[in-house]
Amino acid sequence: MTTSSSAPEPKSGPNLFRILKQFGPLIFLIVLIAVFAALKPSFIDPINVFNIMRQISITGLIALGMTFVILTAGIDLSVGSLLAFCGMVAAIVAKGGAANTMSLSAGPEAGLGWFAALLAALVVGSVAGGVQGVAITRLKVPPFVVTLGGLTIFRGLTLTLSNGGPISGFAPDFRWFGTGLVGPVPVPVIIFAIAAIICHIVLRYTRFGRSVYAVGGNAEAARLSGLRVDRILVSVYVIVGFFCGLAAFVLSARLNSAEAVAGMGYELTVISAVVIGGTSLFGGIGSVGGTVVGAALIGVLQNGLQFNNVSSYTQSIVIGLILIIAVAFDRWLKSRARS
Amino acid sequence: MAQPAIAPNASGPLLEVVGVSKHFSGVIALNDVSLDVRPGEILGLMGENGAGKSTLLKILSGAQPPTSGRISFAGADYRPATPNDAKRMGIVTIYQELSLIPTLTVAENIFIGRAPTGPLGLVNWRRMNEATRDIIARVGLAIDPRTPVSALSVAEQQMVEIARALSLESRLIIMDEPTSALTESEVTRLLSIMDRLRSEGVAIMFVTHRLEEASQICDRMTVLRDGRLAGTLVRENGRPIPLPHIIERMVGRAASDLYARPSERHAAGPTRMRVRGLRTVRNPDAPHAVVLNGVDLDLNAGEIVGIAGLVGSGRTELARAIFGADRIAAGSIELDGKPISPRSPADAIALGIGLVPEDRKHQAIFAMLGIQHNFSTATLDTWSNALGFMTEARERAALLDFKGQLSIRMASPEQQIDGLSGGNQQKVILARWLARDPKVLIVDEPTRGVDVGAKSEVHQILVQLAARGIAVMVISSELPEILAVSDRIVTMRQGRITGEMPAPEATEENLMALMALDRRQGAH
Repeated sequence: MTTSSSAPEPKSGPNLFRILKQFGPLIFLIVLIAVFAALKPSFIDPINVFNIMRQISITGLIALGMTFVILTAGIDLSVGSLLAFCGMVAAIVAKGGAANTMSLSAGPEAGLGWFAALLAALVVGSVAGGVQGVAITRLKVPPFVVTLGGLTIFRGLTLTLSNGGPISGFAPDFRWFGTGLVGPVPVPVIIFAIAAIICHIVLRYTRFGRSVYAVGGNAEAARLSGLRVDRILVSVYVIVGFFCGLAAFVLSARLNSAEAVAGMGYELTVISAVVIGGTSLFGGIGSVGGTVVGAALIGVLQNGLQFNNVSSYTQSIVIGLILIIAVAFDRWLKSRARS
Repeated sequence: MAQPAIAPNASGPLLEVVGVSKHFSGVIALNDVSLDVRPGEILGLMGENGAGKSTLLKILSGAQPPTSGRISFAGADYRPATPNDAKRMGIVTIYQELSLIPTLTVAENIFIGRAPTGPLGLVNWRRMNEATRDIIARVGLAIDPRTPVSALSVAEQQMVEIARALSLESRLIIMDEPTSALTESEVTRLLSIMDRLRSEGVAIMFVTHRLEEASQICDRMTVLRDGRLAGTLVRENGRPIPLPHIIERMVGRAASDLYARPSERHAAGPTRMRVRGLRTVRNPDAPHAVVLNGVDLDLNAGEIVGIAGLVGSGRTELARAIFGADRIAAGSIELDGKPISPRSPADAIALGIGLVPEDRKHQAIFAMLGIQHNFSTATLDTWSNALGFMTEARERAALLDFKGQLSIRMASPEQQIDGLSGGNQQKVILARWLARDPKVLIVDEPTRGVDVGAKSEVHQILVQLAARGIAVMVISSELPEILAVSDRIVTMRQGRITGEMPAPEATEENLMALMALDRRQGAH
């Protein structure tokens, strides 16, 4: 290569900071598990491990969708409410009615069954997400505002639909999706794992995945490269809505009930999982693997603290601190990696 | 307000810059520049892009210290540590991007940080508004002091800023391209106010591209070229400084010094794109952007057309309109004889048009992504199968192919693009478009932020593109670059084409005349 111009390019070889930057959350997760196991060896009993995994699979599913959204530098605050709304729709379809009083008396076989319920939850979730996406791109209202509105709208719709109360008592085949086991593995964990793998493949190996990173990395450059930025933005809100529907279905199955107050505050847990997993709120950086680790970190922390009789009040404090520390650590690594 | 005691000295210079230089990590931006401004004088500071005007301004406004040299102001050593320092000492700089706070009122902006207060420390609104009325009257403004600044026109906002400078008892006002966003009648008004301030003894430094305005109003003109002093011109017997003298000083070097013509050309092929009567309307999101006012342009296969124009001439707007990035109000575009109307960049790209934008950092690169992912954003469809999965081996092979063709110096396709030099980043962006094999490629500022050594490489690439039959349109602020790379040169001013000539007939002087002068013939 003949080079007429000056400075050599900086090398991009691996260094300690790069490794830490990529695997920091994972290393932290392993350390955390080791500490809890040392405190109480029963922490790593398979029963407890699967318990943790089942706990994280609901918020984990939504976090997968949220990863797409945050990669585009967006945010979705409506996920908790949308989950409750989808759950309520699924319950009504499954039971064939909404009236609060008949919820326990109606036989589980009265409605349309689990498949119709699942389909309804997914469609409602996707459409609701799509509507928010269109509001963001067409009306040019920031995602924070649109989904903040969505947060109260979907909660209100849920309460209207259910008249404030739960709908309970599903058929066993429905409940299997929340409580069943395949071998030793809970079904929600399997659903989460499959979903995570698909999301990873989509983001890492498809044209669409590339577009998501490009739009989040630099929306103007993406537009000037010929990407249909608005369509891509709408799609990520459809995706997170879809996952709200899926999570709602699994949660209702697990609790054998669709609650009007389900998913309160989930948006914060979900966003925390994505951000702790290393996805940048400014878009363009992040991965599904990171989100899975982030969700696991929160799950392990909650379970481990509970295991050691730390009050739930203190748990909130610890999780909040970890969130801030994770982002601060990320920033610090970035500044070090550059110099 | 306490002002530093200033010895009244009517005849001597107010500001004196002696042998000032500024180095940026090896690059010399200013080299031994000296100038002075006297009270009651308007000094023009002239020069092409990159001549060193902005650097000098940054030093005078306290944003950056000089590397060497001496500056004195009102007889004392002038070494401002911050822009606020400079203001306190009596030098106010008014930039193109005004520094008013749009949501606050005129009075609040003028008295920001120093609002008159009553005995309880509360703001005395009535006194503040009354004082504001007097202050803005000095610049001929008669608006309600309680008007929010966002409701004012750009010209009025500028007046408010000048009035604020006066109320701070500034002795020297530096204006950076104040007329670029104004209409002609607003310019006339601004010039008359400058004239009035001069008669009140205020010193003004007027930094501008617009030669007629400068020659009309300036008492003297200091011209910079390539970071050095190219001379100071003085108004004689009340007559404006002759434009040819200014142009001569501004361009003064042989164009062939820096840029050799890359290589022999092929003859131009058939017309690829025919633009007729192209007009745009004012975009509410970008109120300062220029409106195209009936542009005719032909781009031919295998030919490089250079678009020469000053900032605000409409050259970038022309590129954006053709590329579907801005809405077209009237006129037609034909591509290979067929009328087209791209409504988005995606449409334009599908038709075979490419654009390398002027601001690489904000409009072209994805800083946190790897080189390969940056390379393929315009060709994701080429490198993916029917199911939407990327065929990365082909994508990578194509990138490595371009790496060889364009001598892109990189460690690996995964390397983050912001680790590359400006020149190599630009080559990756060119490769992005080459991979699409466009019919028409628009390159806006091909070598902005590219080190000198790599500039000729980029020029060589542009010539190669034309040799493949692509119709290439190059926009550049650097006339030597336009001259070196173009086959045909078109000049623009205020949204119109003002001239067209084959490159061998063009000189920096006649181009500058067509770019900068109002309805004048170039010196053919």
